[in-house]
Amino acid sequence: MIFAIVRTAFTGLRRDRASLALSFVLPIAFFSIFAVIFGGQHDTIPQVKLIVVDQDHSPASRNLLRGLHAEGSLLVITRPDSKEKAAPDFTAATAEAAVKAGTVPVALIIPAGWGQHPIAFNGSDDKASEIQLLNDQSDAIAPQVVSGLLQKAAMTAMPASMAGEGEKYMSSYIGGLTPEQKKLWDANLARLNDSEKRRDEQPATAAKSTSSGFGDGGIIPVHTRGVVGEHQNKNMISFYAAAIGVMFLLFTASGSAGSLLDEQDSGTLDRVLSSHVTMTTLLAGKLTFNTMLAFAQLTVMFLWGWAVFHLDFFTHIPGFFVMGLCTAFAVAAFGMLLASMCHSRAQLGAVSTLLILMMSALGGSMFPRFLMPESVQKAGLFTINAWAIDGFTKVFWRDQPLSELWPQVAVLLGIGVVLFVTARRVARRWEFS
Amino acid sequence: MPSAVNELSAVAALPVEVAGLLKRFGNLTALDGVSLRLEPGQCLGLLGPNGAGKSTLIRAIVGRVLPDSGQVRIFGAEAGTAAARQSLGWIPQELAIYPRLTCRENLVSFGKYQGLSSARLAEQVAWCLKWAALEDRAGDPAGKLSGGMKRRLNMAAGIIHKPRLVLMDEPTVGVDPQSRNRIFEMIEHLRSEGMSILYTTHYMEEAERLCDRIAIIDHGRIIAEGSNEELVRSAFGTRSEVTARFTGTQDAIAAWVEQRGGRLSEGTAQFTVTRPAEIAPLLDEASTRGIGIEDVSLRRPNLESVFLHLTGRELRD
Repeated sequence: MIFAIVRTAFTGLRRDRASLALSFVLPIAFFSIFAVIFGGQHDTIPQVKLIVVDQDHSPASRNLLRGLHAEGSLLVITRPDSKEKAAPDFTAATAEAAVKAGTVPVALIIPAGWGQHPIAFNGSDDKASEIQLLNDQSDAIAPQVVSGLLQKAAMTAMPASMAGEGEKYMSSYIGGLTPEQKKLWDANLARLNDSEKRRDEQPATAAKSTSSGFGDGGIIPVHTRGVVGEHQNKNMISFYAAAIGVMFLLFTASGSAGSLLDEQDSGTLDRVLSSHVTMTTLLAGKLTFNTMLAFAQLTVMFLWGWAVFHLDFFTHIPGFFVMGLCTAFAVAAFGMLLASMCHSRAQLGAVSTLLILMMSALGGSMFPRFLMPESVQKAGLFTINAWAIDGFTKVFWRDQPLSELWPQVAVLLGIGVVLFVTARRVARRWEFS
Repeated sequence: MPSAVNELSAVAALPVEVAGLLKRFGNLTALDGVSLRLEPGQCLGLLGPNGAGKSTLIRAIVGRVLPDSGQVRIFGAEAGTAAARQSLGWIPQELAIYPRLTCRENLVSFGKYQGLSSARLAEQVAWCLKWAALEDRAGDPAGKLSGGMKRRLNMAAGIIHKPRLVLMDEPTVGVDPQSRNRIFEMIEHLRSEGMSILYTTHYMEEAERLCDRIAIIDHGRIIAEGSNEELVRSAFGTRSEVTARFTGTQDAIAAWVEQRGGRLSEGTAQFTVTRPAEIAPLLDEASTRGIGIEDVSLRRPNLESVFLHLTGRELRD
């Protein structure tokens, strides 16, 4: 009896392609995506893009910069576009703007005079000569990586400066060296200086090393300042509202667009199309409704974030409207296309679940894209999620003006139009037989 | 089909004119040169076994199937055009209504789809609710209505714009006798208002009761057309139908019935006779062959006899 029940269930599953896909293809697809995201990094930390502004121009700062260049985990840039030789170096202001715009997560400013006293064991008395670390707090990992590697670079790239400064501290703490000790110390310091000079003449990339990290609280005084996301918790709410919101919008939109399939099954679609309603009118009507539904869903989600998690919603209304409507339009069109391509609700359920979860994984709804490898980040640009999240981040996180939203707006509207036009073409199969 | 088209253009605008309609789905010929006419105010019954081409023909008239060749005109307008849609109301076999909307909301929606103005829409919704005896349930969701009520709402949604021609595709499927009677009354009311009706059904008594003319379609062709009387006369002439049940060896009964030109189905034999006097020799012959007689009846052939005579008794699906 039990065998008969098992056989019946197995036969049913074998003939239900939708369930089969959900049972086997979805887990494999997900496993593969996360394997690529996390496993494809070969146990290395992804490169952190870092702007360094050297206002000091001292041998110590040059050595430090050289040491940072040599770190394999850092991608150090000193001017906006390295291909354009004529481009001026970053200044403190342009570096801060780049962090705010999300171009890089971290910038280091080496102030003038830093080379005089590059290290401090008990923190620096002269805050003006401390290295400034400007960071975007949406990326919690990058500043820690930079901070640790900065300490390491200091130790490995400027040993003479370290030793010289160390001797000053030693003299100050223990009353100085004997003449014999001083002679030996000076001889070794001269060797270290020679060594630094020789390395200055070599290309920076010749000494690439792997990162081992040094940890926080090193001997190079660093003043860390968040230039974006000062209210980190509140702004992370906006990130998750957008990330989770877009994923569920996609589910809702495809489910709502599936009413077309219900209407086809019930014969209502035939009846409607036999009236004065054309297929284009019908699809446009459904698209409008689904866009409004998705926008309402987003609004409720952000209002909930405002009411419960103190999300700064009302100061970002224009940006929210722009990004909300564009996102809602794109996801609605996505739902229309899926519904028009599928032949049954069950098929729609399986295909939409598969696609939406994959898009959400790649597009940053489940895991921030900036923590993914470069190739996966690029793949994410093929998803609605990535563009929508980027846009909402610009509005709520970076406080960028509406004009800065044009790439996201253009892409989302473009995606929406292309998907809707494709859906209209596919829906021709419903028009006539 | 130039000849068919010329033929059409020569005729004044009829509710439905179908000429030489051909439609293939892959290797299957669903419609094989169908020609049909529906006169104003007439009710034309369209009968046929499952898979005969009825639904394809109806959908071609609605404009939902594009024929490979041939032509369909609705009051002179090509099927599928705005003018044709305006003149035509379609009541599909499926319950093509929105289950979560109330009866009134359903009618309002379909009325708007038909382009009715607000004033006319209100008038038509009231008329349809009364016609379908759903005034008391106007505010109830369609999904919560009984089967008969859903059918009536389905019909009302099809004529919300008061078309001059109504296509009804088995509107009484799955309803109880009381609801069926109510639907007949609704149809008769439409007829009294001068609407032309094309009515498909599997129930012969419905066609006999409601239809002025009947067309029988099989294998994509109209194989007979005329009034009920004309079809019976055409198929059986003046002959009557003798139905008899026999006792004895089944093989012997079957062989004898076949030899006498009759049909045997589920233990009942059917013969046709020109005069009642032919019955006695038939029964005598059965006795001489050792076949016992259980009961015998004589009746005039009806539409069902014609239908089975023309389309055969083999199962189609």
